[in-house]
Amino acid sequence: MTPLLEIENLRVSFPTTQGRIEVVKGVSFTLGRERLGIVGESGSGKSMTGRAILRLIRSPGEVTAERMMFDGTDLLSRSERAMRPLRGARMSMIMQDPKFSLNPVMTVGAQIAEAVRAHESVPRRALANRVREMLEAVRINDPDRVARMYPHEVSGGMGQRVMIAMMLIPRPDLLIADEPTSALDVSVQAQVLDLIDELIVNNGMGLLLISHDLNLVARYCDRILVMNSGEVVESCDAADLHAATHPYTRGLLAAIPRIDETRDVLPVLDRSAWSGT
Amino acid sequence: MTAISLKSLTISYGGIPAVHDVSLEIGDGESFALVGESGSGKSTVLRAIAGLAPEWTGEISVLGAPRGHGPDRAFARTCQMVFQDPYGSLHPRKTVDSVLSEPLIVHGLSERSGRVSEALDMVGLGQEFRFRFPHQLSGGQRQRVAIARALMLKPRIMLLDEPTSALDVSVQAEILNLLKRLRRDQGLTYLMVTHNLPVVAFMCDRMAVMNAGRVVETAPSSALRTGDFSDPYAQHLYAASGGDEIASKDGQ
Ligand SMILES: Nc1ncnc2c1ncn2[C@@H]1O[C@H](COP(=O)(O)OP(=O)(O)OP(=O)(O)O)[C@@H](O)[C@H]1O
Ligand SMILES: Nc1ncnc2c1ncn2[C@@H]1O[C@H](COP(=O)(O)OP(=O)(O)OP(=O)(O)O)[C@@H](O)[C@H]1O
Ligand SMILES: [Mg+2]
Ligand SMILES: [Mg+2]
Repeated sequence: MTPLLEIENLRVSFPTTQGRIEVVKGVSFTLGRERLGIVGESGSGKSMTGRAILRLIRSPGEVTAERMMFDGTDLLSRSERAMRPLRGARMSMIMQDPKFSLNPVMTVGAQIAEAVRAHESVPRRALANRVREMLEAVRINDPDRVARMYPHEVSGGMGQRVMIAMMLIPRPDLLIADEPTSALDVSVQAQVLDLIDELIVNNGMGLLLISHDLNLVARYCDRILVMNSGEVVESCDAADLHAATHPYTRGLLAAIPRIDETRDVLPVLDRSAWSGT
Repeated sequence: MTAISLKSLTISYGGIPAVHDVSLEIGDGESFALVGESGSGKSTVLRAIAGLAPEWTGEISVLGAPRGHGPDRAFARTCQMVFQDPYGSLHPRKTVDSVLSEPLIVHGLSERSGRVSEALDMVGLGQEFRFRFPHQLSGGQRQRVAIARALMLKPRIMLLDEPTSALDVSVQAEILNLLKRLRRDQGLTYLMVTHNLPVVAFMCDRMAVMNAGRVVETAPSSALRTGDFSDPYAQHLYAASGGDEIASKDGQ
């Protein structure tokens, strides 16, 4: 069986006053109908990797790769027009900034409905029901009230769940989730991740989960890539993350506070050693 | 002296209450956490103190002075807020340099260039970020700019809304260490919203747990080592955050 996603030697660069800089430097991986986690410090190129796969890097940013295949089709050679029916319907991305990605002048219910209508025709009544069910599924307590709200009226965690609802409702084959649960407390977080899991098991969806929460990724994913300064420095089975050997990964693990914390200062990475950020 | 005192505070949006009858006393120099369910009103409490949620009844006073219902320029020197959503709070067409200089200009402060580069250093951003726009920064880099901006006026009180939830663990560790050091050196007071109980254990002296618009329990953060909570929602949150593992370790 061909993998869902094959990426070979992906590079992303931007012009700056100091010349063109590469922020993703030759990333390669394949993804089946499974859960792949990407971790790494701030600025290491996680979001840019996700956006590049959906071809969402705008000029003057530049993307090159030797190979970028999604379910047997070549993403690199597709025109912007040919990308559009794929995005949303077959591959979708939960962005790191939910409020910024939502339309400020449209109620959240209308936006979720729009996400369905863009790709299939559904009778109005059935659509409203599907929107309500989806909001319930992401654990919004009062779905009818929230559906009528505008993005600035929902809380941080509610906005994040609205975004998740919008991306899941068309039942994509590939979901790229960029810090999807960073504003949620652990119990809601677990429920939302279970929902995504159902889609993986029942619909054979593939997941690329970008997160800075190492414990979450270890618990939830099958495999993990660790990124630093635009490169993958370590890849391992999720179950083995706590036994990771790369000093960078060890440094990240040590920096996590614990609920029974007694340290006065948290250990930080020695940036000079990896020139991160 | 109390830094922040809230008495029977009820806060509404368009006539509908979102926060009910909250009373809290936060001491000068204390680090206090608000934790709880998503949508329970944590950001709303911070917004009311900052003058951004004007529909409230009850009493708010800061460093002994009663607060009015709107924003107030002099108040900005004493108390600064870091918002939950770093993108929304940074102007898309302003460079990092102008975002950080602006509060200095508004308050007529000098030596702006030096202060801006000092603030970038403090939050671990190199000088190469100084003339970038928000869309040229990663999520964590934007959040560090937002924290640097709040520090520009050297406030005595910081209202921090999920200041590190967009940050990876290594940058989070740096920011938490920085906030801790600033508090020790400059006697700052923090009122911090977070959903991360380990962050509370590291940073805070006391915490209030919110659920459905109310404070259901107030506890010292040492309760996170023992699991000493009486409210059922607080117990649930503690167990789900890994507290159950600690409790069972102790039991063995
Ligand atoms: N338009 C741009 N011009 C120049 N540099 C950019 C631009 N957009 C992003 N970058 C840089 O690319 C690097 C990678 O960014 P990316 O958003 O992928 O980081 P990330 O790993 O997702 O970090 P975080 O965890 O903080 O979200 C960062 O150092 C960022 O400053
Ligand atoms: N401008 C607004 N208009 C109407 N309702 C609002 C507005 N802002 C917030 N609310 C409502 O008030 C309630 C509390 O929101 P708040 O943002 O304080 O929650 P929170 O505890 O910070 O949640 P989170 O952890 O998800 O950020 C929510 O039900 C929200 O929908
Ligand atoms: Mg990112
Ligand atoms: Mg909030």
